[in-house]
Amino acid sequence: MNHKGTARKVGDHIDTDAIIPARFLVTSDPKILGEQCFSGLEPNWAQRVKTGDILAAGRNFGCGSSREHAPIAILGAGLRAVVAHSFARIFYRNAFNTGLLLLEVGDAAHSIQDGDTLEIDATGGRIRNLTSGAEISCPPLPDHMAGILAAGGLVGYVGQRLKKGNRVGETS
Amino acid sequence: MPQTLAQKILQSHSDDAITADGQIIRCRVSLVLANDITAPLSIQSFNEMGATRVFDNNKIALLMDHFTPQKDIASANQVLISRKFAKEQNITHYYEGGNCGVEHAFLPEQGLVGPGDLVVGADSHTCTYGGIGAFATGMGSTDIAGAMALGETWLKVPPTIRVNITGVMPKWLRGKDLMLLLIGKIGVDGGLYRALEFGGPVIDALPVEGRLTMANMAIEAGAKVGLFAVDALTRDYCAEHGRPGARALAADPGAPYEQAVNLDITDQEPVVACPHIPSNVKPVSEVKNAAIQQVIIGSCTNGRFSDMRDAAEVLRGRKVDKNVRCIVLPATPAVWKQCLREGLMDVFMDAGCIVGPATCGPCLGGHMGILGDGERAVATTNRNFKGRMGSLDSEVYLASPVVAAASAIAGHVAGPAQI
Repeated sequence: MNHKGTARKVGDHIDTDAIIPARFLVTSDPKILGEQCFSGLEPNWAQRVKTGDILAAGRNFGCGSSREHAPIAILGAGLRAVVAHSFARIFYRNAFNTGLLLLEVGDAAHSIQDGDTLEIDATGGRIRNLTSGAEISCPPLPDHMAGILAAGGLVGYVGQRLKKGNRVGETS
Repeated sequence: MPQTLAQKILQSHSDDAITADGQIIRCRVSLVLANDITAPLSIQSFNEMGATRVFDNNKIALLMDHFTPQKDIASANQVLISRKFAKEQNITHYYEGGNCGVEHAFLPEQGLVGPGDLVVGADSHTCTYGGIGAFATGMGSTDIAGAMALGETWLKVPPTIRVNITGVMPKWLRGKDLMLLLIGKIGVDGGLYRALEFGGPVIDALPVEGRLTMANMAIEAGAKVGLFAVDALTRDYCAEHGRPGARALAADPGAPYEQAVNLDITDQEPVVACPHIPSNVKPVSEVKNAAIQQVIIGSCTNGRFSDMRDAAEVLRGRKVDKNVRCIVLPATPAVWKQCLREGLMDVFMDAGCIVGPATCGPCLGGHMGILGDGERAVATTNRNFKGRMGSLDSEVYLASPVVAAASAIAGHVAGPAQI
């Protein structure tokens, strides 16, 4: 699972109200939510995102509410992955469930600058910063998590598994 | 092997033998909940998964509390989706309008959650029920859709941080102050992936509603759950609220805690969490010259009857500053009626408060008390993130109902000693 894109940097403890303010939670449409992505941080933040960009964040990214609209808004804005020091736990589950790749890299997250070009090899557990030349390692993404992302999230993944009759305890 | 409270409760809901923290187990759930914001997404995922029936129509709770009374067409349409699903699935515990309260105040009050339960909800403050000894945690809509379909979920057994609170509880200190002090000490990710387990003499004497307030904000420390032992106070509370016969439940002596945090609260003055992060906690007298334009008294954190009584005690015979809108939102219809019966509504109205319906409304910047550019509020709610209650240029100070009421009178951030 490889991806190359431009880093868009945000800070520590970015909460879900910053990602998508509650007044926009009257829809689940990724396009509408994507247009408002990070409008709780800065109006029109999403306008500078190009499809395929990568979000680079600090500590405890996604803290706050359980709204699944947060990863949906990030995906809707065109961002394809989040590289962060650490993630809040509800957000972590929500991101994979909705098809958003997360990579937890600890202190190495601070070395990424806004505008850097990053090349992610998620299953290999490597991120190359093509701008600075630095290489960041992280725990390799397990195959079944990659499978969830490839299916576009947990709903698609469960659907595929059910179709194959591949339930718990059965081999694939 | 001695067990923490988290390990004990999880074990009672799982066939997998728990041998270590960090282990992933499959658990049966006692109740699954969602609200008007999160239920529509859960329902969509439920349908897309190919599910046709909920696992038990008596064990799903859908509460239309966030934007109630519905603020616009889009938010009314969200309820429409939930109502249709509730009818199709014959959901017993579907609540809207005048039958509905703020979910985490309403469910314990109605006895729909109880000690030893395992509750998952599509709302981050689901952790509130730890106050009565339930393992309760928030998840996203898709995880909740799976739990609605299967009646089970997977959880990682969390390591536990034991929080001991000792000392002499000062007159105006409340559960809210204790929790803010803890969050100030360990930070907003101090409990990340972990369970908090509260104990010590101050906790033993703390009324159940104060414990619910504390457990409610476990998520503000990043924690999965905030647990209190089930003692005589819990059992009395549950018996009064439709759950008689609860059994005592506590961690074993020698339980394996990852770490311990100790707080001595003797002579501690009430505190506030200053903008824009819940860990920015200061004694209220240290906040100078912070003029306010709004006060919110309510929410799943502090909208219960004891909170209303605290606010009324401070407001009685006094007037809200003329430049402040002080909005009181009793969190459930039963709390509302008790306020009416015991004369608290007179106190609020005579003081110049606005008394509104049970709603989450302003806490999340939904409606019924939104902040304009540069405005500042003291709120008994749980989050003071930038823009949470309205304008990106507004500020929220989190506090107990005691401090919120005192601030409403003073017109600036103030405690009962400053008015």
